[in-house]
Amino acid sequence: MGINSEVLYEMIFLAITGLAISLCLLRMLKGPTAPDRAVALDTVATITTALLVVLGFIFERYVYLDVALVYAVLTFIGSVAIARFLEKGI
Amino acid sequence: MQIIGTVITAIGTVFLFLGSLGVFRLPDVYNRLQAGTKCTTLGAFLTIIGVGIMQPDWLLKTLVIALFILITNPISNHALGRASRKSGVPLCDKSVVDKAGEFEEYKEKK
Repeated sequence: MGINSEVLYEMIFLAITGLAISLCLLRMLKGPTAPDRAVALDTVATITTALLVVLGFIFERYVYLDVALVYAVLTFIGSVAIARFLEKGI
Repeated sequence: MQIIGTVITAIGTVFLFLGSLGVFRLPDVYNRLQAGTKCTTLGAFLTIIGVGIMQPDWLLKTLVIALFILITNPISNHALGRASRKSGVPLCDKSVVDKAGEFEEYKEKK
């Protein structure tokens, strides 16, 4: 076969992660209340951090780790800000 | 080393998928919060550590990212759960116990 096992593993990882993110996006479309959408957004953000690290491994770029770190910090701040907005308003 | 890293990353990926499946299927904000917090924290931790094991030059920075996720993800999800409780999202019909509601009644009685 022309495809080697490493590329196969990477394709399986990307397929499962894409499926997970699309399930969360469906919940974000359906979710009856605002906290449902916030929870789905937070889950998507954490999955995306892991996805960025693995993409850096696939493309062999060290810079993706810095991007993942900054993304993790920003989504933490964003989640706390959304929680504070839901609790007390602006 | 490659095989160990691949296996750990695969386990983490399965946990990520199960977490998002829980976010999609469970009936309630609080149940979804539980699935989306625990599974996703463990899954992201294992995935990032697995990449660090596969590529030993990157181990320090992947460890930093994984520890950061391990610390901050429960904090932000706890804030979200507290906010949804305070903004009055109801529990689902099958819920058995409601300690926060009992505490509110106890405070009002006092």
